[in-house]
Amino acid sequence: MPSMYQQFLQTSLPILPELILCIVALTVLLIDLFLDKGQKYLLGWYSLGGIVVAAVVSYALMGMNGQFFEGTILLDPFALFFKFVFYVACGLGILLSINYLQIEDINRGEYYALMLFATCGMMLMASAGDLITLYLGLELMALSVYVLAGSKKQDTRSNEAAIKYLVLGAFSSGIMLYGMSLLYGLAGTTNLNGILVFLRTADLTNPVIFLAMSMLIVSFGFKVAAVPFHMWVPDVYEGAPTSVTAFMSAGPKVAGFAVLLRLFLHTLAPLQAHSTMILAGLAVLTMAVGNILALSQTNIKRMLAYSSIAHAGYALVGLAAGGPDGAASVMLYVCIYAVMNMGAFGVVIMLRKAGEKGEDIMDFAGLGKTNKTAAFLMLIFMFSLTGIPLFAGFMGKFFIFKAAVHAKLIWLAVVGVLFSAISAYFYLRIIMIMYMYEPKGAIELTTSPSLALALAISVTFVIVIGVYPTDLLNYARASISGIM
Amino acid sequence: MLELKLHQLDFPLLSLMIFIPVLGSFLLLFIRNAAVVRWVALAFSVVEIGLCLPLLLNFDSSIPHMQFGENLPWIAAWNINYTLGVDGISILFVALSALLTTISIMVSWTAIQDRVREFMIAVLFLEAAMIGVFVSLDLFLFYIFWEAMLIPMYLLIGIWGGPNRLYAAIKFFLYTLVGSVLMLVGIIAIYGTTNTFDVLKIMNHPFSYSFQLWVFAAFFTAFAVKVPMFPVHTWLPDAHVEAPTAGSIILAGVLIKMGAYGFLRFSMPFFPDATIAWTPWIMTLSVIAIIYGAYMAFAQTDFKKLIAYSSVSHMGFVTLGLFALNSQGLEGGIIQMLNHGVSTGALFLAVGVIYERTHTRLIADYGGIASRVPVYATFLLIITLSSIGLPGTNGFIGEFVILLGAFLHYKPYAIVASLGIILGAGYMLWLYQRIALGKITNPHNEHLADMNMREVAAALPLVALVFVIGLYPNAAFNVMHVSVSNLIQHMHAKVQSAPAVAQTVTTLLGN
Repeated sequence: MPSMYQQFLQTSLPILPELILCIVALTVLLIDLFLDKGQKYLLGWYSLGGIVVAAVVSYALMGMNGQFFEGTILLDPFALFFKFVFYVACGLGILLSINYLQIEDINRGEYYALMLFATCGMMLMASAGDLITLYLGLELMALSVYVLAGSKKQDTRSNEAAIKYLVLGAFSSGIMLYGMSLLYGLAGTTNLNGILVFLRTADLTNPVIFLAMSMLIVSFGFKVAAVPFHMWVPDVYEGAPTSVTAFMSAGPKVAGFAVLLRLFLHTLAPLQAHSTMILAGLAVLTMAVGNILALSQTNIKRMLAYSSIAHAGYALVGLAAGGPDGAASVMLYVCIYAVMNMGAFGVVIMLRKAGEKGEDIMDFAGLGKTNKTAAFLMLIFMFSLTGIPLFAGFMGKFFIFKAAVHAKLIWLAVVGVLFSAISAYFYLRIIMIMYMYEPKGAIELTTSPSLALALAISVTFVIVIGVYPTDLLNYARASISGIM
Repeated sequence: MLELKLHQLDFPLLSLMIFIPVLGSFLLLFIRNAAVVRWVALAFSVVEIGLCLPLLLNFDSSIPHMQFGENLPWIAAWNINYTLGVDGISILFVALSALLTTISIMVSWTAIQDRVREFMIAVLFLEAAMIGVFVSLDLFLFYIFWEAMLIPMYLLIGIWGGPNRLYAAIKFFLYTLVGSVLMLVGIIAIYGTTNTFDVLKIMNHPFSYSFQLWVFAAFFTAFAVKVPMFPVHTWLPDAHVEAPTAGSIILAGVLIKMGAYGFLRFSMPFFPDATIAWTPWIMTLSVIAIIYGAYMAFAQTDFKKLIAYSSVSHMGFVTLGLFALNSQGLEGGIIQMLNHGVSTGALFLAVGVIYERTHTRLIADYGGIASRVPVYATFLLIITLSSIGLPGTNGFIGEFVILLGAFLHYKPYAIVASLGIILGAGYMLWLYQRIALGKITNPHNEHLADMNMREVAAALPLVALVFVIGLYPNAAFNVMHVSVSNLIQHMHAKVQSAPAVAQTVTTLLGN
């Protein structure tokens, strides 16, 4: 007779990493009570340790592939791939936060707990085998991030960001639930596999199916910041603490794509004839609005907000292309995007110091003279975001457009590369301002070991994947088996 | 058909040529002293020239194969390989790149005082990318080098350029990028039909006529912007004028040759039918570029801008020759690319030398300086004459052979184009007259210092090449001849698959 403990461990093994994160998050809240204000940074390192442990457990679970808890949890290579991306996003997010929170004077324990809860939610989203689990994961993530966005309590912009995000987010959740209930009404099940089975034999001309699909597209379009559901992005990205913005631009967006991929390439695959053109249309709109509005921004966080909209557009191109190529390209892309974007935010954070926001793009003037390392890092991230070769961003875009061409969406690839060329203008403007303008005065940067570590990780990743993407690509291709 | 011949030497020479400058720029990261930086950069660029020697000496010009081949798997899932090789065409450009990089470093010796280390890193990095472009035999690899090149060039113009550098740098970058990304879609489309990025395999793949037309157009945008052909040439005057001397030399000497090289290496052998179909348009654009560039050159008051527009005109000759699609035209076009690299490189060097002393590029600020700087004036005269195409200089050979090729099948174009030579003589001699002859008109130039030893040393190889190619052009023709005839035969053989156009082709390729 196995003891209760063993039994618990056995049944909960598939969600052990999530459990670890929850336990770490709860203990963070507890330990927080016993720490002085100056010691809160320890919580950051403690949370990071939790992430590492969870990642190791996930690594050990890599052989597992199956359904658990009555099919509500899927542990397949696809989910695991995304979990690793979330670990990286959360880990980098924590590293970016440790010193930044002290400068902003919002150094509270619950910050890290919320980040861990959000990560846990994202992992559930990637693992969800059921609409209910999916929704639970999504809300766990969303609620945590709403609070994180508002963690600068004294700052009205931060409050505005949190309220805006909450109201619009709740609205989109409502639409999602409506779509899900329609699906449930038709299929009689909330299980993703069950819905797939139903759709295979269903009459696809039924407008209710189309309505349900559209509602899911709308609500996840909101999460990944696709146009026209992007209105919240610039304000929230600008108002939220920069470390949260960095985390938000990577984590929840990637989670949104994980769900979109699973839904459209697996559950709703029979609807592909309808969905392809809708997704392609969204992709074009998203790339257009993101890239064009980014051109005129003067605040670096707003610019990166529009840039992150544009990048969702590129990923949607891969989603519209569909098929194994399309799926693998989106997975590679969001992974690369998450790291390089957080790297760019890392440099933005360096410019933040007590009494100065460092968010205006003119604050970068002359950085190439006053701080060569920071400027050089930003240069690499900007070229990578533009998609210039030798850096990971190019590899990501290349495989996206390649998938599109193979799916006979050549027009979409052409539109994509042209917008990508337009984007060069605003990314290069940052480089220009750093290297070609004279510094306004001595720029003092805030550096800390944690920030340096985050930047070192992201820049190494950007260069290594830019030159040798083979292994990551192969891993992404091997991981799509779960949804194909 | 073309195949990859593995290197006869025991070491991967071409990879070495790509990575030596990269290594150099990496080492420079750790050197703070500007003087040391200059010497180290120079040393690396000279080593690069040194590496050209075994390359040229071991190159077998009697066979059309790609030589010094290297092939390593890179991204196996998509069949992307690291494939390198040179033939009689690309080897010349590799050598030209190595030479002009060294000259660029020499002319920047005192001209660049600000951020010397970063400057030299950019130049060496650029050299690696340029050589990579010329030796890649995998489309993906080629594209990587092709775009990576934009980064250092953008920084060279943007950081060390003239007063209007920001505008020029971003214009250069955006023009080239828009063209390039369309080519990227074309490259992906090729992969979609052939399932390979291997240039040699793609050369032998028959593409449908409509596919050829479209993908040729995609490649054409990239190459036409780079050449630059009329009407997408407008970035060139800005970029040339604002770039530092080294940037101008490399831009004019190597970068804009890549467009024409792209036509030769990719467009023509991949899409012979489309090439034929597009030829009348390209010939027309070439002639417009020749006349328009010359006409604009007359109107310029800025020394550098005049040379920039003369480049537009001269590159018109290059594309005119290439798209004549016969051996004279092609070989003339290639040799004219080398000539233009030498002559225009030297002209920009001349501008750089005098600009460093006077800090003005306005032609009106000079006049009669020959009496003060005789060595400089002689150098300028030789280059002017070479640019005009005086018999005995390199320019003559190029333009003569191009017109010979064009006359065979495109008489009207050739006749109009020859007007360009007369105009060229006009604006160049007039330029020389206004700069060097007569009495000193600007009192500031009374005590102008002549070229120093370093500048003479930088100029000397170019002057020597003017006469070597001018008097013994076979030195270059011999290297490329077999490769060019192979290209023509290849197109001839491949184009017959489309009977509709075969007729025209047979008359075109004729002999």
